[in-house]
Amino acid sequence: MPLDREAASHAAKALPDLPRDDDGPVFREPWEARAFAVALALHQRGVFTWPEWAAALADQIKLAQAAGDADSGDTYYQHWLATLETLVATKGVAPTDMLHQYRDAWDHAADRTPHGSPIELKPEDFRS
Amino acid sequence: MQPLDTVAPSGLSSAIMSNHHHDDHHHGHHHDHDHSELSETELRVRALETILTQKGYVDPAALDVLIETYETKVGPRNGAQVVAKAWTDPAYRQRLLADGSAAIAELDYVGRQGEHIVVVENTPSRHNMVVCTLCSCYPWPVLGLPPVWYKSAPYRSRAVSDPRGVLHDFGFELSPETEIRVWDSTAEIRYLVLPMRPAGTDGWSAERLADLVTRDSMIGTGLPKQPHEVA
Repeated sequence: MPLDREAASHAAKALPDLPRDDDGPVFREPWEARAFAVALALHQRGVFTWPEWAAALADQIKLAQAAGDADSGDTYYQHWLATLETLVATKGVAPTDMLHQYRDAWDHAADRTPHGSPIELKPEDFRS
Repeated sequence: MQPLDTVAPSGLSSAIMSNHHHDDHHHGHHHDHDHSELSETELRVRALETILTQKGYVDPAALDVLIETYETKVGPRNGAQVVAKAWTDPAYRQRLLADGSAAIAELDYVGRQGEHIVVVENTPSRHNMVVCTLCSCYPWPVLGLPPVWYKSAPYRSRAVSDPRGVLHDFGFELSPETEIRVWDSTAEIRYLVLPMRPAGTDGWSAERLADLVTRDSMIGTGLPKQPHEVA
């Protein structure tokens, strides 16, 4: 199954709360579309099923609500991203400390990249 | 904001207006020492994607192909409302041209990126066109994700060397008397073109006019629709 709009609409059917319009998913910011596409790709690789994803996402939303998230709908993809991070860790795909290490490396990469050049990760970015 | 240099209208006249022509402006040209910024969320998304790519779980090219299909589905995309309001409300038009970011924020659609949006107005004697020659800076809060051609090397180079040819390829010819200005977006400043209001729309409401405003007309590679093109 290719990574396409059909796969996306399959996901949208499985996830009734997904922000959407008449055509399908909509995103507030570019990173949200990226996070959506990553989850779609992992689903296709069989890392999780949509019911499994929906349960993990619901857990994240409960956690966020307990921490004071107003849940007005505009943080949906924040919860989505947290769900991705949790599931890749629990499934043994990418441990949490590795996610942190790469997050810091990207921060270094952005710092040393002049605007206009593509930001690329280099081995030196992993030195703290 | 006025371009400081003027170019005689002719078939070949075009000027790349980089910000270093605007030294009087607060948000000057910092390509030499400015570095890139990624938000906390963007850092986490990149970290995740990099690891998953290295482990063979995702293919960034396949992600790109999917995301490109959502180019009109990202951000509030309120550019058409901004343009239509400027066409119907002269005071708003003035504010928009004086401070684009503030006037766009008035409509409560301010993007969360830190860039400033500068609005450049088309007139019978001047046509504006937007490009980012270095990367693909784009006012996504008002226009959604950039179309694939905007990011392509041919558009980026030809918009500078042959803007009239680019417009020809997009299917419209500009009068030889009309000067073309090409605005080069940067990290801090993104440009939005305010196209000319189509003739035959006297008395139209802003809501009706917004249907005439196309994305390409706000990049400067197209014109608004004509009244007969909308039902």
